[in-house]
Amino acid sequence: MGLEEYKGVYVFAQQVDNELSSIAFELIGKGKELAEKLGTDVTAVLLGSNVGSLTDELGAYGADKVIVVDNPLLETYRTEPYAQALTAVINTYKPEIMLVGATAIGRDLGPTVSARVATGLTADCTVLEIGDFPLNPIPGKEDQQKHNQLLMTRPAFGGNTIATIACPNNRPQMATVRPGVMQKLPKDPSHKAEVINFDAGLVENNRYVEILEVVKAVGNVENIMDAKVLVSGGRGVGSEEGFEQLKELASCFKGGMVSCSRAVVENGWLAQDYQVGQTGKTVRPNIYFAIGISGAIQHVAGMEESDLIIAINKDEDAPIFDVADYGLVGDWKKIVPQLTAALKAEN
Amino acid sequence: MNIVVCIKQVPDTAGGVKFNPDGTLDRASMLAIMNPDDKAGLEAALRIKDATGAKVTVLTMGLPKADVMLREAMAMGADEAILVTDRVLGGADTWATSSTVAAAVKKLDYDLIITGRQAIDGDTAQVGPQIAEHLGLPVISYAEDIKVEGDSVVVKRQYEDRYHMVKAKMPCLITALSELNEPRYMTPGGIFDAYDEKEVTVWGRADLTDLDDANIGLAGSPTKIAKASDKVAKGAGEKVNLDPTESVNYLMEKFREKHII
Repeated sequence: MGLEEYKGVYVFAQQVDNELSSIAFELIGKGKELAEKLGTDVTAVLLGSNVGSLTDELGAYGADKVIVVDNPLLETYRTEPYAQALTAVINTYKPEIMLVGATAIGRDLGPTVSARVATGLTADCTVLEIGDFPLNPIPGKEDQQKHNQLLMTRPAFGGNTIATIACPNNRPQMATVRPGVMQKLPKDPSHKAEVINFDAGLVENNRYVEILEVVKAVGNVENIMDAKVLVSGGRGVGSEEGFEQLKELASCFKGGMVSCSRAVVENGWLAQDYQVGQTGKTVRPNIYFAIGISGAIQHVAGMEESDLIIAINKDEDAPIFDVADYGLVGDWKKIVPQLTAALKAEN
Repeated sequence: MNIVVCIKQVPDTAGGVKFNPDGTLDRASMLAIMNPDDKAGLEAALRIKDATGAKVTVLTMGLPKADVMLREAMAMGADEAILVTDRVLGGADTWATSSTVAAAVKKLDYDLIITGRQAIDGDTAQVGPQIAEHLGLPVISYAEDIKVEGDSVVVKRQYEDRYHMVKAKMPCLITALSELNEPRYMTPGGIFDAYDEKEVTVWGRADLTDLDDANIGLAGSPTKIAKASDKVAKGAGEKVNLDPTESVNYLMEKFREKHII
């Protein structure tokens, strides 16, 4: 494989129902940073049916180019037509880096495409950098150290270990990236992307599955990943009713919402959509209140990037205090109502 | 019909992970279990067996001690067990793992292959779709419900905000979520049978003829670990132990300092 033929940072611009997913903009934002280090640009790959109107938005968030594969076979996500389309883009345009969101779509598409183009794929990355591999040259083999490699860092073992992974001998270097971890750029409607329409030559085969029905989740669940302030409760909140007080506190902040730890979901106090952590969502609000949350590493993995972490816990040895900017040792039932009253008095 | 369930023995990360003084994982101190998503996949296969009389084969690639997990699967009701084990297969990433497992599956008769969505140690969720790719099969990931209808499967496929009901002709590969079911317990008779009556078939590198040396083990892995470390906790901030009113005053003062209020 002629590695030097592979150029440019590409991102998979996930859309569902012809609406771009937030992860598409997050990947463009991160892709820009990587591309600057490599002296190249960012290309978004947009797959779907009648999706041409979405290219302006991708440009506004920083994409330099958008490759569009517009085909009725791509209307609803299915592994095979999407894998065919993305594989055709990779084989034709030869990107050096290919980023995909670690969503329920991306975690299906990524491995299928990486196997099809015979390259490495690192899952659920939380940090991406350009650097050397090996990190330090091996004495006597300094000339074998490769520069400008994509170094992909990710949690493993349920968030207990951090591994940094490289893909030195295969291209593209592929990664799926955890939603909510990378920052999107501010929207600039004057920034236009060059649009390239590409015929991926899709051919139906035995691997096309039939979609019998699409059922969207009932109700309109707010997304905790969009919240500016999260008032998060754990087992220590004690009951479903306790969360009413947390909601009161959240309502004191613009864009405030409640969220929770896994224990809360297991007790049936809140739905899984509100769960923060390794098996829930990754959040990075401006303020994260951890109330009655012990701070197991699986939970911390999902919130430690928050700008300001405030912990309230009776147990002064709770590990949550190790990551909290401000830790209050005490009973939340006494502190939270007073805090809510004090904040209301300010407004 | 023939069902092959690919299962993995993993350290139980829910109980916490311990490290050796040199920073490597202390596997000896941790309990080894059948990966939870895989166990749900096995249970799904056993329910199809209960309903249709399908033959269920479990397959794993791992260390010789994974024999215990395969016996557990047979004690739950699996008919046959295959252990793929060889030093040269060690250190594999998902590409090398899926290449190896696919080569082993090719030696078997199969209509349906079931894997777990992801293993709790690596957390990649890549091996299932990649096995399907190597075998040229349709893949349905994130299965919450599986039904066999004639020569097809109908699967409830989960996404973040919706699900799809999907139909695929067999042979195909499905990756199972833990939410799929509540796996059954082993029976005492099943445990005796799994050790006294049944055999675990062991395959080494030489048994996998449809497999290129370039695609196995550490050397055949496109991804390389540059660095691995125990997670470093963010530095702790201030911690105060005050009465509730003082706690609130303390926090309000901080909010004012930071112009939050």
